[in-house]
Amino acid sequence: MDWEVIRFSFFNLDSIAQVYPLLLKGWWMTIKLCVAVVPLGFALGAMIATVHSFKIRWVNWLLIALVDFFRSIPPLVLLIYTVYGLPLLGFDVPAFGAVLVAFTINSAAYYGEIVRAGIESIPAGQLEAARSTGLGRWQAMMHVVLPQAVRNVAPDLTSNTLELIKATSIASVVALPELLRMGRVAQGLVYNATPLIAVAVIYLLMLWPLVRLLSRLERRVLAAR
Amino acid sequence: MNRQQPIVDAQNIEKSFGDLKVLFGVDLQVAPQELVFIIGPSGSGKSTLLRCCNLLEQPTAGTIHIMGEEITAKGVDINQVRQRIGMVFQSFNLYPHMSALGNVALALRKVKKIPRTEAEALAHEALRRVGLSHKASSFPNELSGGQQQRVAIARAIAMEPEVILFDEPTSALDPELVGSVLEVMRELRASGMTMVVVSHEMRFAAEAADRVLFMDQGLIVEQGTPEQVFNNTQHDRTRSFLSRVSGN
Repeated sequence: MDWEVIRFSFFNLDSIAQVYPLLLKGWWMTIKLCVAVVPLGFALGAMIATVHSFKIRWVNWLLIALVDFFRSIPPLVLLIYTVYGLPLLGFDVPAFGAVLVAFTINSAAYYGEIVRAGIESIPAGQLEAARSTGLGRWQAMMHVVLPQAVRNVAPDLTSNTLELIKATSIASVVALPELLRMGRVAQGLVYNATPLIAVAVIYLLMLWPLVRLLSRLERRVLAAR
Repeated sequence: MNRQQPIVDAQNIEKSFGDLKVLFGVDLQVAPQELVFIIGPSGSGKSTLLRCCNLLEQPTAGTIHIMGEEITAKGVDINQVRQRIGMVFQSFNLYPHMSALGNVALALRKVKKIPRTEAEALAHEALRRVGLSHKASSFPNELSGGQQQRVAIARAIAMEPEVILFDEPTSALDPELVGSVLEVMRELRASGMTMVVVSHEMRFAAEAADRVLFMDQGLIVEQGTPEQVFNNTQHDRTRSFLSRVSGN
């Protein structure tokens, strides 16, 4: 294979000039999805972990069953259920909404497990001190336990967020016009693979800062030990 | 309000942890402005009794009244009750992610719903009372053990409780830091605060307590003024405990 063919197929600037609005549109959709799903998934996960810490037996039994269930289901399967299943059940949700529901539930199961480990790392005396001043159990969790718990598991939370952002590319399968999907569309227009290379570069630029942050957090946690 | 009404009135308190019974029917009355000292060997149930008073432990049987209100009754708003019962712990339990001021102000803001600036002014005043105005913005890991415990006392007194429970407040401190904490407790006593103290500081008990309770194996064995309990001891178990802690 000579260089000219490689350049034409993978590094074709004319193709980029032709399709970059599509890629930007896809990138924007991915950003919107992440900005919605990361806080939602984290908040739901933290809520699950908080309720779990109240140690109400039947509630915890239910929570563990739910979390196990959603951790066992591949995200793509869940995605197909919500995107094609919710309308069948009579819920008129747009694709974005259905994708959001799937990723929120899936990521909440993982965030929840991480936050739970964080909560368990906090000495019982913290909760007792807070409750002894009259704080309710939600207040005590919110102001005293969770801030410390989240700090203790910051590397795991960051790592999970990284995985989650990458996993949003799965939504291309159900035709949500996010980055990877738009890359495939663009590829079809220009008949070469350059748009996919561009997609990879965009993911890299988006995630690399997070990867750096992660290794800094990990070093900090190691140093604190 | 009836001046004679006890602040704390615990009747026939029993407590079991699973199969392990640690309290076998204990009565504890604490009068307004009284300082009650509870002594006894470890495992005697004295900390458990103290923790029952604000329901950090739920008694298995018995009733507790705080200022005449039965807190062991069903449907009591325990958060409401706990505002009026301060607690100081052996291991301080300061919130490490908040400054000293933040530690003291948190419950003022979130429980008493006092606006931030006003709550911080009250927190400053509480820190001043324990001699730590200058440490308001320090974080717990920047403070000595004695200073941390004084912040914890400020956290309790800022809520203006009717009574403060002290659970071995000096046991985790280096000997040279104990004095500063006892000094703060002495001043609280002088200001008329009602206090229940579980501690091994016998000299402090002798000097400051109105009443000393000796507990062993989940029961109150003997009680009276410090003079009675320390110098006119009635029970062998008390005598042997006292000789062990004084090292004679």
